[in-house]
Amino acid sequence: MGTTSTVDTYSNVLEFLCCRIRLKITSNIDASVVLFSVIPEIGSIVRSLGCFPTEAELHELLAEVEEEEPTGYINLEKFLPVMTKVLLHRSYQPIPEDVLLHAFEALDENKCGYITKEELVKYLTEEGEPFTQEEMEDMLSTALDPETNTVHYRDYISMLVVDET
Amino acid sequence: MGSGSSVNPTNYKYSLQKSENAFKAAVLIQQWYRRYVARLEMRRRCTWRIFQSIEYACEQDQIKLHNFFSYLMDHFTPSSSKERDFISRMFISGESFKEAELEKYCDYESMEVPDSYTGPRLSFPLLPDHATALLEAFKQKQQLHARYVLNLLHETRKHLKQLPNISHVSTCYSEEVTVCGDLHGQLDDLFFIFYKNGLPSPSKSYVFNGDFVDRGKQSLEILIILFTFLLIYPKEVHLNRGNHEDHMVNLRYGFTKEVMQKYKVHGKKILKMIQNVFCWLPLATLIDQKVLIIHGGISDTTDLDMLHKIQRNKFISVLRGKKRKESNKDVEIQEINGESKVETESSESESDLSLSPQPRPAPSITNRLEFSKWLRQTVQEQIDWCRQLVDSESEPEEPTYSSVVSLTELDTQCWTHQEEWKQILDILWSDPMSQEGCRVNTVRGGGCYFGPDVTNKILEKYNLQFLIRSHECKHEGYEFCHNRKVLTIFSASNYYEIGSNRGAYVKLGPDLVPHFVQYQASKTAHTLTMTQRISRVEESAFRALREKLFAHTSALISAFKAYDKDNTGKISLSSWAMAVESVLHLGLPWRMLRPQLVRSTADGMLEYKSWLDDLAMEQRSQEHIQTSLLEVIYRNRSNLETIFRIIDRDHSGLISFEEFRQTWKLFSTHMNTELTDDGINDLVRSIDFNKDGNIDFNEFLEAFRLVKQSQ
Repeated sequence: MGTTSTVDTYSNVLEFLCCRIRLKITSNIDASVVLFSVIPEIGSIVRSLGCFPTEAELHELLAEVEEEEPTGYINLEKFLPVMTKVLLHRSYQPIPEDVLLHAFEALDENKCGYITKEELVKYLTEEGEPFTQEEMEDMLSTALDPETNTVHYRDYISMLVVDET
Repeated sequence: MGSGSSVNPTNYKYSLQKSENAFKAAVLIQQWYRRYVARLEMRRRCTWRIFQSIEYACEQDQIKLHNFFSYLMDHFTPSSSKERDFISRMFISGESFKEAELEKYCDYESMEVPDSYTGPRLSFPLLPDHATALLEAFKQKQQLHARYVLNLLHETRKHLKQLPNISHVSTCYSEEVTVCGDLHGQLDDLFFIFYKNGLPSPSKSYVFNGDFVDRGKQSLEILIILFTFLLIYPKEVHLNRGNHEDHMVNLRYGFTKEVMQKYKVHGKKILKMIQNVFCWLPLATLIDQKVLIIHGGISDTTDLDMLHKIQRNKFISVLRGKKRKESNKDVEIQEINGESKVETESSESESDLSLSPQPRPAPSITNRLEFSKWLRQTVQEQIDWCRQLVDSESEPEEPTYSSVVSLTELDTQCWTHQEEWKQILDILWSDPMSQEGCRVNTVRGGGCYFGPDVTNKILEKYNLQFLIRSHECKHEGYEFCHNRKVLTIFSASNYYEIGSNRGAYVKLGPDLVPHFVQYQASKTAHTLTMTQRISRVEESAFRALREKLFAHTSALISAFKAYDKDNTGKISLSSWAMAVESVLHLGLPWRMLRPQLVRSTADGMLEYKSWLDDLAMEQRSQEHIQTSLLEVIYRNRSNLETIFRIIDRDHSGLISFEEFRQTWKLFSTHMNTELTDDGINDLVRSIDFNKDGNIDFNEFLEAFRLVKQSQ
């Protein structure tokens, strides 16, 4: 995003929200109550503003903005400052390429530059914050070299990183 | 522990650390991957918004065009009898023929089918073999002879006339009912559905929920197949009318063109017949008296009893519900269509801006009270401004949908034309919204937005379980809303672009529990990875968006200048976003889209003139046409085409130079497009005249599409 001023950041957030809720504005709009359903929307709003929290971090954020008696609605007045603060502090930074490489290397026992499908599946579906079956299949669909049944992680990383830009 | 092996402490420590590392590594990779996928999803949603906004803006254009003609009818005093003829012609097209006239005009019996014709030959009554032959023929890209097309249409019309406005289906006769949504001329999708689900038969019921035609290139083939099955299995196949089953819409969205291209000699007759078949399509289908299937949606005034009883064939085009000389109803129509422009004599310029209020400087965030107050004020201002953009009328009190149309004057015998028209318009054009209430559908320009309370009210009133509708493209091919009481089903996969979305159909058994089948009928889509698919659709969306921006160059310059009071030639990126939205009215998150649209900025400031020049460079196809002219054409291309087709009553593809000039003049005066006489002459000169002063407007319009194709 590259902006540092509060106003700009808050404007970004507001613009996004206004687009999402554009069709939902009524004459009774009260600045403090904006109608959009809580959990699914919050995640996508936060991500689209350049932040990538984990599920746990997302729930924390939610706890900060939800009403005392959860009505399924979010108080816009509460949400904006919290979101703005998060963006300004850039709490959820992207992961640099070399760190990612290290991670793959840590799983590559023999340091041969690739990981077998079985090993990768084992690590990612049993360790850490495990992948679902669907997530695993999704990743394999692009990462796996079907002839050797291995993942050449260097190539994979560079491919995805290029796509990002 | 077991006997024997001693655990070396160093080894143990090493393996512990190793598994810790593995754990950390796994977490990192998983986190990174999930973020990557989330970003992709964000890009996809953004792209979706772009396509959808442009699509709906186009539909709005259509309504505006209509209002333009209506306005002409009421206010324009033709300066010559020639002009009067000219205008009245635009409105005569589309009036319904009397029965006998129609039969005579669209007669097919005298048509001879040559022996050299190798396509399917139909005889009536139709048999299942005919259907299979047709399917096979269309797979081989053959064309059905015009005689059979007309014959089929005649028979279809005869059949449809006997049907009630609301079809009834029961799951006790055929165990399962399959409901399909919009097909939009995408024959491959229909083939896939039949392949996967089986052909219609006594044990396989189908409901096709409208929008069979337009946009896709095989609309006519789809109609032929659907009508054929309708006649072979009248108890099992049910068709609902969609908003695209309307010749006025077809003029703009490609169906008319398709028919004329495929049937150069008899196309006109075929179109006339189809016009009169569309108006006889049933409006809704009821399954087991529990599930209501309509194309668009409902409104808070939807009245199934009225819908049962009205004469549906009176409404050849749902867009032209207004009759002349119904003076006090005129006002209401304009409001229903969300278009108050037409009423005013002084034409509002298209670049009429409402500048977004600039936020005042914010107090320090540490002073919570002040910050909070500032925040509240600024938020309210922004929301008010947004609201202004959404509602073009600034009423002190927002009118609810039903209050706009007065339903008080009831004739002794039955409802007014007005009320009946509104019922149909709502059914075919409305969209659900998540908020309660019922509002005018300003985005589409027809029908309304209905909330969950409206759904509940109607479901309760008629003792229904849920609604099935189509009309909106959905990424997964289907989507629930209103607490699973409204199901949207959309059967045209890859609708915006290859890889943009799946299509789906839904099956219901006697338990009325929906089962979905999704698909994406394109070989290319499968070979692309998710990333590639999304990138491709994204590219396409941004290209369309850049073209739109170019088409509004003059208005954008004015808007930018308003933010650049000191005439520096630069504006901030914030101002850029607000200016662009105020001109295009697409409701897109411009700040988010900015990186893809604006390449270079210096300290967060944009040199707008050079940016616009770059845009123009991309679009310029004809070197000898000035950019400003090109801009006007681009902006009005769709309208131009529609107008052309209306003038070209005999669908010959040619209009005279004079007709073209007159239309353009009328149009530009009303729409304030600032094209001088010289400009018009330039325009015409750029077209190749080799047909005695006639313009082949297909060629003309294609010339301006060349840019897209060559990219």
